[in-house]
Amino acid sequence: MEFLERFAVPNPSLAIYASMVAIGLTLIAIIAGLTYFKKWGYLWREWLTTVDHKRIGIMYLISALIMLFRGGVDAIMMRAQLAVPDNKLLDAQHYNEIFTTHGVIMLIFMAMPFIFAFMNFLVPLQIGARDVAFPRLNALSFWLFFFGAMLFNISFVVGGSPDAGWTSYFPLAGNEFSPSVGTNYYMIAIQISGLGSLMTGINMITTILKMRAPGMTLMKMPMFTWATLVTNLIIVTVFPVLTVALVMGTMDRLFGTNFFSSTNGGMDMLWANLFWVWGHPEVYILILPAFGLYSEIISTFAGRNLYGYKSMVASMVIISGLSCVVWAHHFFTMGQGALANSFFSITTMMISVPTGVKIFNWLFTMWRGKIRFTVPMLYSIGFIPLFVLGGVTGVMLAMSAADYQYHNTMFLVAHFHNTIIPGVVFAMLAGLTFYWPKMFGFMLNERIGKWTFWLLTVGFCLAFLPMYVTGLDGQARRMYTYSAAAGFSTLNMVSFVGAMIMAVGFVLIVYNVYHSVRYAPRNIGADPWDARSLEWATHTPVPEYNFAVQPHVASSQAFWDAKKNGHVLFPGKVEKIHMPNNSGVPFIMSAIFFVWGFSMIFSLWIPAIISTIAIFACMAHRSFEKDHGRYISVAEIEETETKLRGAN
Amino acid sequence: MSELFPRKQIMGFVFSLVLTAAALAVYFLDLTFAQGITVLLITAFVQALLQLVVFMHAGETEDKWIIYGKVYFMIGIALVTIFGTLLIFLWDM
Repeated sequence: MEFLERFAVPNPSLAIYASMVAIGLTLIAIIAGLTYFKKWGYLWREWLTTVDHKRIGIMYLISALIMLFRGGVDAIMMRAQLAVPDNKLLDAQHYNEIFTTHGVIMLIFMAMPFIFAFMNFLVPLQIGARDVAFPRLNALSFWLFFFGAMLFNISFVVGGSPDAGWTSYFPLAGNEFSPSVGTNYYMIAIQISGLGSLMTGINMITTILKMRAPGMTLMKMPMFTWATLVTNLIIVTVFPVLTVALVMGTMDRLFGTNFFSSTNGGMDMLWANLFWVWGHPEVYILILPAFGLYSEIISTFAGRNLYGYKSMVASMVIISGLSCVVWAHHFFTMGQGALANSFFSITTMMISVPTGVKIFNWLFTMWRGKIRFTVPMLYSIGFIPLFVLGGVTGVMLAMSAADYQYHNTMFLVAHFHNTIIPGVVFAMLAGLTFYWPKMFGFMLNERIGKWTFWLLTVGFCLAFLPMYVTGLDGQARRMYTYSAAAGFSTLNMVSFVGAMIMAVGFVLIVYNVYHSVRYAPRNIGADPWDARSLEWATHTPVPEYNFAVQPHVASSQAFWDAKKNGHVLFPGKVEKIHMPNNSGVPFIMSAIFFVWGFSMIFSLWIPAIISTIAIFACMAHRSFEKDHGRYISVAEIEETETKLRGAN
Repeated sequence: MSELFPRKQIMGFVFSLVLTAAALAVYFLDLTFAQGITVLLITAFVQALLQLVVFMHAGETEDKWIIYGKVYFMIGIALVTIFGTLLIFLWDM
């Protein structure tokens, strides 16, 4: 009994017990369903062991959508709690847990896999490659992310959620003030999925540098590929900092070291410093792929090539450099002097210049274009004014003297949601709608999609713009309630209404998927949007080898040139294709990582040691394994091609 | 025969062992903190460079500018991070 007590939730409530039951029932339903429909073998062969970048991309996408809803439920609970003064819906402890998990899940387990979904699915197609450079490593990246996410998500039913904020500042996150295992979950789950991100970074850089189609020089790559390259350079640069910071934090919590303690020679502020050395570039890791998607979508639906290609690339490279020298603007009020603050103020303001260049480039791309107002284009057009608003308030926050007024208020909360939702979330939904036909072979319903867009936009404005006002009036961030005398009641109620409208929008996305699965026509061809870059040049659904013949490229929009200007995209003839073999080891190894993480969190040393050995055994297995891949014969390719041509 | 003998790799291996021994000596010798950390920093960076060039074959392909460019970028960012942190916590706090 004593052994089992450690797994109990320290602050139980009815909602948590209900979630336990719901999780149990869902698991039983999934297992029963898979057994009843005899899908275990299919699941293992086609998905769990796959190394195909397209399937891994789709799995990232599904995970991201599930996490979007988990994080969204957290958000609605927070807004419901704050909707009226002195609300008793949640107590302070639960509110702490919810804003912590909301932040971690939305950034690390929703936004990151969402961008990885597009990178995985699109980059090899856009550069005319068969797969990523290291397909097996790619599978390992995904499964590490997946099991990291699962580990984090069981926290609220086993042992208790982290409650020290998504930034998890020490000394609050230390053992003294956070005695439950919640913060252990934070340290270890993020660590595991962070390892996956780092591997993806290396994988994508290598893929883009080494596997481009003949003729595709760096300056002829599609803009999303450029964004991916720059993003992954940032990932490889800053994720090691997070890894090290998390190791130090874990050691502090589990082994009694004093890296971040406020006594014994530790330095608690160093955590904030290291966290934001990673954390600020992290927001550019999220936004740059979003910019890449907007570039693809805007140029497609404006019917024009991207204005200022070179300046787009240059501004992304400048942003990537600047993103690493601004981190201290997250803690202007921590006690450093005016000199340090001025330096970081100025570097922060400088970032708005290359970002502004990109905004003007998108506007000039649309200028005199024949714009088609499809759903992805609506998101892109909505993004521009809303994101500019978020950017301008960011420059306000960048002024370190004024930041003493704004810091830790709802003004800040409004600012970063104002950049992340129209910036990243809109881009992901736009990309989802835009690439859905390439992924699944049918289009999402335009009418429902437009409803979704308007609900999300109106809901977003109602939910977050009032926070600018309440923030300037002094409503502190992370406060679980306020008194009626504070005067925040009306605006917080407006925020709640906005959040509910957004919730309806997100539910409509699910309905849209359901509706389109049932009713959407399947004979849409390979290029339903009349698009411009290489990913649309192959069949729908994409065969596992992507392109039967390697494409030859002469410009950044090779497919458009092939359609309109007589460029010969596929000059060669079909030859046998070398493809990687599937493997179950990435899945198994990541599952062991899950056991390892769980054991570490609860200080169960014997299973931790055994699983550590098992992890190294998996790596040794890979080192000694002989796997030369397999060949797809010309006859097979011809057969697939004929079938796919007939389907169109 | 001489072209079959991996002279560069053997030399690299011996040199990396020497560097490891030098770093390990910090633990056994009675050095001040500043001396010890200087030895550790120098041996660590030389070791990393050695591994990169000799055993990871950086600079042996045509696109070596990418690899070295990335290394210089990383060193630049690392220096910015270190000096930025020193600015925040030591020189201006």
